[in-house]
Amino acid sequence: MIPSSDRAVVVGAGLAALRGAEAMRACGFSGSVTIVGAEPYRPYDRPPLSKHVLTGEIQADATTLPSSLGADVNWRLGSPAVRLDRGAQTLHLADGEALSYDRLHIAAGTRARPWSNPHEGRLDGVFTLRGRDDAAALRAALAARPRRVLVIGGGFIGCEVASLCRHLGLRVTLVEPGPTPLARVLGSTVGALIGAIHGGRGVDLRCGSEVEWLEDAGGRFVRAHLTDGTRIDADVAVIALGAVRNTEWLDGAGLSADPGGVDCDAVGYVLDADGQPDPRIAAAGDVARFPHPLYGGRRVALEHWSQAVAQGIHAGRLLAGAKPEGPYGALPTFWSTQGDVVIKSAGLTEGADALAFTQGEPASGRFIAVYGREGRCIAAVSVDSARWLPAHAEMVATGAPFPPRGAAADRPAKGIAIHAPGFP
Amino acid sequence: MSVLADASSSPPPGLRVSVDLNLCQAYAQCCYAAPRHFRIEGHEALIYDPAPGVQDRADIERARIACPVQAIRVEDPERGP
Repeated sequence: MIPSSDRAVVVGAGLAALRGAEAMRACGFSGSVTIVGAEPYRPYDRPPLSKHVLTGEIQADATTLPSSLGADVNWRLGSPAVRLDRGAQTLHLADGEALSYDRLHIAAGTRARPWSNPHEGRLDGVFTLRGRDDAAALRAALAARPRRVLVIGGGFIGCEVASLCRHLGLRVTLVEPGPTPLARVLGSTVGALIGAIHGGRGVDLRCGSEVEWLEDAGGRFVRAHLTDGTRIDADVAVIALGAVRNTEWLDGAGLSADPGGVDCDAVGYVLDADGQPDPRIAAAGDVARFPHPLYGGRRVALEHWSQAVAQGIHAGRLLAGAKPEGPYGALPTFWSTQGDVVIKSAGLTEGADALAFTQGEPASGRFIAVYGREGRCIAAVSVDSARWLPAHAEMVATGAPFPPRGAAADRPAKGIAIHAPGFP
Repeated sequence: MSVLADASSSPPPGLRVSVDLNLCQAYAQCCYAAPRHFRIEGHEALIYDPAPGVQDRADIERARIACPVQAIRVEDPERGP
């Protein structure tokens, strides 16, 4: 049992941080718990921020997460961690405060990747979307009925924002350098099907295009210039170019960390620069890079809601002194609600060499796509077919043979066509 | 001994709801139990109110219990989590 004089500090105040702190308490950790957050808010749920917060149906400040934490938690909100001194077991905050720790839970998360030109990125009408304040600001801009919204980047956030704009009856152009939306994660075969859904609902899709610069008219964004010379007049630009992991505060801490994340061992302890685990520190959520047992120990850092929950709980238990049950390796899953279309996924598509549709009809907009690699199922993606996903997730978790056969498919195995997934 | 950096970080009173949308399979039982707080758009997109008022706790509790995949989590400030 850990003595009650032990001090636990949690870096980050998002989902992985919250679930980690809860798990520590649930495991009987009775020492002090301090949660450090860069934003002045208690942990809140992010998925609604790119969805119905933008339509105004849900207020940005209404998504505070349910929690089992009681009053025996110290909140240090509004001042981010800036430096970690492992020798002195001290965390330094931006406001000058120093916190001593015996157990450190790193769940510092990510921030939106900014537009490459800082001046253009600060123009009125240019937005990124990551936090609650970002969502409130973008909501206000959309409520003012812009003549056109430009979305830069066709990943999940970009597609969610573009589809929400159509839901609001706004004209929207989405510019994506890849061949289709979502091509990096889902490949261009499935990406083209999703692009067709959005195109059919009025999103002006410009794939294979790139924004070169944003035009400034008296401090306001007025139009974007593409590399091919095309101009797009718009009142609002949403920069949806992915996320940057918050690891700069670990510079000089002697940990194995870089912009791709902070490295953990298979159990979940953070590794130092020599590759040795520090048993006082665990990490979870978007910022944690770990060897995934389902994928041959490939190191991954996953920006998934389910990952923040499962790995947060795992790290909290570990820091509370619970015996690790083995390597951490929850099956990666995510969802994305794009307008009224739901995309869900189980597994990781990276490295897929083949694709098969096992349920539904791709052209109908409702289907399951299974991704294979070297004759095994490695991922499954559902579009408006969520009830079929658990059976496919099981095939992914067990590395079932690809092409898939048996109960999960609605057609005989010999009738399953194999496609190229279309990764760049 | 909660130390708040800012009064705005204090959660407003009321219920807190979150749904694990990985689990949700759009059986829509929550929509029948608490139609003012849950609805399905399209085939399976669940839209829910993350901060219902305490006066609706009976509906929200019915929705939580009715969910066939137990995806709904509720925090009630007067009852504890």
